[in-house]
Amino acid sequence: MTAPDRNSMDRESPDSHAGELPSQSGEAGFTALQSESPDSLASLLARLHDALPQAGVTLRTNPGPAAQHSLLVEPTHLTEVCRFLRDTPDMAFDFLSNVTGVDWPDPAKADTVAVPAEGEANASASGFLEVIYHLYSTTRRVGPLVLRARTADRGDNAKIPSLVAIYRSAEFQEREIFDLFGVEFTGHPDLRRILMWDEFTDHPMRKDYVAPDDYEYEPTPHDAVLEKAKRHYPA
Amino acid sequence: MISDLANSSSSAAPALDDDQLLHVSLGPQHPSTHGVFRMNVALDGETVVSLKPVFGYLHRNHEKIAENATYLSSMPYTDRLDYICPLSNNWAYANAVEKLAGIEVPERAQYMRVILAELTRLINHTAFAGFILGDMGAWGSALMYAFRERELILDLFEDLTGARMMANFMRFGGCRNDLPAGWANKVSELVNGYGAFLDEMEDLLIGNEILLARTRDIGALPKDVLINGGITGPMLRAAGVNYDIRKVEPYGIYQRFDFRIPLGGTGDCYDRIMIRFLEMRESLKILRQALDQLPEGPFVHPKAKIRNFKPPVGEAYARVEGPKGELGFHLLSDGSANPYRYRVRPPSFINLTLLEDMCLGLDLADVVVILGSIDIVLGEVDR
Repeated sequence: MTAPDRNSMDRESPDSHAGELPSQSGEAGFTALQSESPDSLASLLARLHDALPQAGVTLRTNPGPAAQHSLLVEPTHLTEVCRFLRDTPDMAFDFLSNVTGVDWPDPAKADTVAVPAEGEANASASGFLEVIYHLYSTTRRVGPLVLRARTADRGDNAKIPSLVAIYRSAEFQEREIFDLFGVEFTGHPDLRRILMWDEFTDHPMRKDYVAPDDYEYEPTPHDAVLEKAKRHYPA
Repeated sequence: MISDLANSSSSAAPALDDDQLLHVSLGPQHPSTHGVFRMNVALDGETVVSLKPVFGYLHRNHEKIAENATYLSSMPYTDRLDYICPLSNNWAYANAVEKLAGIEVPERAQYMRVILAELTRLINHTAFAGFILGDMGAWGSALMYAFRERELILDLFEDLTGARMMANFMRFGGCRNDLPAGWANKVSELVNGYGAFLDEMEDLLIGNEILLARTRDIGALPKDVLINGGITGPMLRAAGVNYDIRKVEPYGIYQRFDFRIPLGGTGDCYDRIMIRFLEMRESLKILRQALDQLPEGPFVHPKAKIRNFKPPVGEAYARVEGPKGELGFHLLSDGSANPYRYRVRPPSFINLTLLEDMCLGLDLADVVVILGSIDIVLGEVDR
């Protein structure tokens, strides 16, 4: 076997200088979706309405300085929307970076972080679980495109279709959200607990999760330990 | 060795009821598994037919702890995610909070952050080179060479932050303290001497027959599969995908520096090792420029709030190019002193998504090398 030349790998890439990237050129730039929205995000939204009118995608404004606005998608149409975003050549959102689960026992609070357009009220009267996706395009260097999907409630109907068939990077992240939040991702090929052990029954990232009573005997309990002792040995 | 481990958790694995297969539980404490990581492997002879990773032995629900703490008090916890490179984690978190609250960072602090992040990249890639040789059976000598250099950088970190590893150094709007007198000169000396170490290490590795036999044409996957699988960092660039967040979405002041993104050819384990050597040489370039240009000025924004810090309502997702890949933080603020939701996008965890795909059809011994080439830290995988 011969040793390869030290320079056998491409030491440098043809377009690896920042100034030459399309990142400064408006629409195609990384900043476009973030800070100049809702302009560019609005045009993307208009195209989504044209292509998938039934999907009911709506714009949610981010009131904070980050100004990363998001698109709220009906869970039933989530896979269609993602397929469209990935496979349309001039969109090419080919990289699902991050999947976040959020628990909203109080639906009004969700509307303060992701503000709906005027006259558009949150349909959900009860609390729900939300899954937030951050999409990027590695070829066009655009992003993040923030998608949100909300479950009907926090109980039996906490279901959202799985994106694993479209973005493989969702596989472990969806398992994590299933494990810690209890969102059931329908169509996931291998939906099991991933961080907690298999016999565990609760979902520790939910806001109303109560840690088990792991009281340890203390001969002279005081302060917080005394409170815990009283709860553990009710009179 | 034949056990019913497969029944306990990997119910979805194909053809596991075939009693001709050998089921091996690899880990969780085998030293080559890089910590408490377990793989349920089904073997046909020596060939891997199924591999299911098992996580969670180090799970402490980092994200829940952060929801119950103020923004600043989560900073030391980020040190403990990827404990090989705490300062990159610090920066990633500070970056996300600064985006969430719209905080400016003064010039000097920006340069300090770049210097610390690139030193951290040197540490990570150097330690990686030692670990991967250990995975191939060269236990000891390569790791000792690597750790000798790592200690020199950790000494610098200790001078600056008071701790070798658990730095807790970045603050929202800057850094915790200024550089001690003479510290930048010490870094310059280290940077000037580091090339010689890299030459030495590369000479040891690059033509080594065992290394070539163990790593060439092992574990490569097509580019589009890697992107779809969320693989980032040196793993992705080794396959020839030109995607480095320092270039495509420059954070901090990376657009000011002249450096290049090394790319690999096939993305096999050999490329993954060599790409890290090339990245270290680029990091040295950045370090030289940053040390030359290091300005005077405040190391933290004078109006940055340390106590009673409450970012406005909203959310922010920010990512940096960590040594292991894309490290992102997603924060949701409801206007209170604690984050409503604090999410870490851990590169080690998501880079493991395609571990099974990389290993299918190869020998069991290759699994250990592939796992080593992914470069995981379980503190970050399990959180």
